[in-house]
Amino acid sequence: MFKNPFDYRNRLSRGCPCGQHESQTAHDAELRAHAVETAANVEKTYENLVAQAVLRQIFPVDAHRRAFLQCLGGSTAAAAIASVFPLATATEVFAQSGALEKKDLKVGFIPITCATPIIMAAPLGFYSKHGLNVEVNKAAGWAVIRDKTINKEYDAAHMLSPMPLAITMGVGANAIPYTMPAVENINGQAITLAMKHKDKRDPKQWKGFKLAVPFDYSMHNYLLRYYLAENGIDPDTDVQIRAVPPPEMVANLRAENIDGFLAPDPVNQRAVYDGVGFIHMLSKQIWDRHPCCGFAASQEFVKQNPNTYAALLKAIIDATAYATKPENRKEIAEAIAPANYLNQPVTVVEQVLTGTFADGLGNVIKAADRIDFDPFPYESFAVWILSQMKRWGQIKGDVDYQKIAKQVYLATDTTKFMKEAGLTPPASTTKSFSIMGKTFDPTKPDDYIASFAIKRT
Amino acid sequence: MSSNLTLRASVLSFVIFVLFIAAWHIATRQIGSVATMDPEYAKLMGLTATTGKSAMPGPFDVAAKIWEHLKNPFYDRGPNDKGLGIQLAYSIGRVMLGYCLAVCVAIPTGFVIGMSPLMNKALNPFIQLLKPISPLAWMPLALYTIKDSAVSAIFVIFICSLWPMMINTAFGVSAVRKEWLNVARTLEVRPLRKAFTVILPAAAPTILTGMRISIGIAWLVIVAAEMLVGGTGIGYFVWNEWNNLSIVNVIISILVIGLVGMLLDQALARVARLVTYPD
Repeated sequence: MFKNPFDYRNRLSRGCPCGQHESQTAHDAELRAHAVETAANVEKTYENLVAQAVLRQIFPVDAHRRAFLQCLGGSTAAAAIASVFPLATATEVFAQSGALEKKDLKVGFIPITCATPIIMAAPLGFYSKHGLNVEVNKAAGWAVIRDKTINKEYDAAHMLSPMPLAITMGVGANAIPYTMPAVENINGQAITLAMKHKDKRDPKQWKGFKLAVPFDYSMHNYLLRYYLAENGIDPDTDVQIRAVPPPEMVANLRAENIDGFLAPDPVNQRAVYDGVGFIHMLSKQIWDRHPCCGFAASQEFVKQNPNTYAALLKAIIDATAYATKPENRKEIAEAIAPANYLNQPVTVVEQVLTGTFADGLGNVIKAADRIDFDPFPYESFAVWILSQMKRWGQIKGDVDYQKIAKQVYLATDTTKFMKEAGLTPPASTTKSFSIMGKTFDPTKPDDYIASFAIKRT
Repeated sequence: MSSNLTLRASVLSFVIFVLFIAAWHIATRQIGSVATMDPEYAKLMGLTATTGKSAMPGPFDVAAKIWEHLKNPFYDRGPNDKGLGIQLAYSIGRVMLGYCLAVCVAIPTGFVIGMSPLMNKALNPFIQLLKPISPLAWMPLALYTIKDSAVSAIFVIFICSLWPMMINTAFGVSAVRKEWLNVARTLEVRPLRKAFTVILPAAAPTILTGMRISIGIAWLVIVAAEMLVGGTGIGYFVWNEWNNLSIVNVIISILVIGLVGMLLDQALARVARLVTYPD
């Protein structure tokens, strides 16, 4: 992997972020070559998919098809069929089911690893493969990303998965119908505490702590509150929870303004990297495979640009599928760490994505599923989030959980596009899950809320 | 005598500078305590944790980084990573646009207020109320109503640099000497001509003082505004480097912001000298 430094023929230069290439250009060239390769693979999937459909039409009985192929040979058969049926054109038509209404798009993101699929789709060429010219723009905070998407400066954006629900209902913003057709990441968050609290590992000792979460309408807020409440700490009276933008968290932790936070990565790992804090627990220990951030667009955008929206969503689904493979994680870390995207040291991003990380207390921990990527927006996720919004008094009165969940989390669209991309979507759009040993039944959210001792209803 | 004073002052400046750098160097030099750690673990940690290096950069780190920026100030690696020169150009462009708009509005309005005691009394409460509002307080309102972050940033510059200019213009115009106005009246000079040939030259030094205060404020505001809206500009650069906890780059931006602010101020000071007159 690294060149022999004692060989006079080798030039040792640190021209690129990963250190394996002589210059940034060489680094980029290899990334591009790789992207083309993956693009070609997906093309192949579409080609096979279309060819399959055509062959099935010509030979309704599979034995006939096999006999035909046997006597002609696969490639001759393909050529023979191609002479009467334009396979290539059909593939293209399939991959791009209609003319794109808009090719130049702006997509906003917050520089955290949750945004990995959205960010990496740019340097690794997933957007361009679907005929889109996407500029990914870094935004300064969740409120800004919300306002810029509402103002249509961004066509689509990276949002915390409760945000589209909150915007749709008009909680903390004007009510605008919003959609979230894909979850980006599952897991990938952690509770980090300041070094001085390294002996206080039991949350019951946390009374009086000042804790930070990235936003009021975030999974982080709901998970932290859930975790504290399960441990008998009232999140509103026993501790103070504030919303602090992720970039400011490490600085605040160092300045001892806060005692800890439940934050997205790479913030947690960065606190460890700088020796400011330690990772108390990963969010997957609270709820394994919980959703975190999502890919959101206004309903207006989806309705006005159905083909662009489809292409964009397919690009995100492809990127997510690529990101979920452990063998690709190192490459992704290198692609998204530079200043244009996350602006973090490569080793920090790599520790988050590969799951082999320093915990800040001297241990190297291996948790391959520290973060994972699964685009499917289960409607039951939305129902759980709504139940927590109600539990903590962010929304009042009766809530039509299922209707809002269906309207915002476009699980049916995701199912369709996942199938088209050759992936297997789950059979049902809802699922039951358990959080800290307590099972959540998505059909009875109100009973669920009532079952908690600490709540604000 | 005066050249002697200048010389002594610059020697003193230099000494202060050297002392400052030396103090800075010594303060950031010391190595903190380091716990022994497993090499496997150490590889995953940053320099502050493994070598006890101070998180605050020393003057030489900053100098090296400045050199790096100077070598390549105009690089462009995508929408979120541009060279320091490009970022500065964006910021100066925004400031100039907002500031020029403010000049176009503030000076005529200031004239009207200064020439008419009635308008002065009537508008005074509004100006006094709007003047002390922080630029960042305008930002959410601007984003919400204008619905465009680039225009919002310019609007915030505009609204914040408006008041000092308006107040100074009004003051300068109303403080024009009675004798001069009376002379103009005896010569039966028409109002428009009176405004341009008598009042404007007389009030020019005060107006320029207002403009100088305003450009300072505009430059202060742009950094905050860009930190909020993101995208491009020196304020965004500070924010982006803060994300990376890169104190070196934050210090460099502070230096650059100071330098550009000083240059803008000096430019207006020079113009002000052109229009001053001995009484």
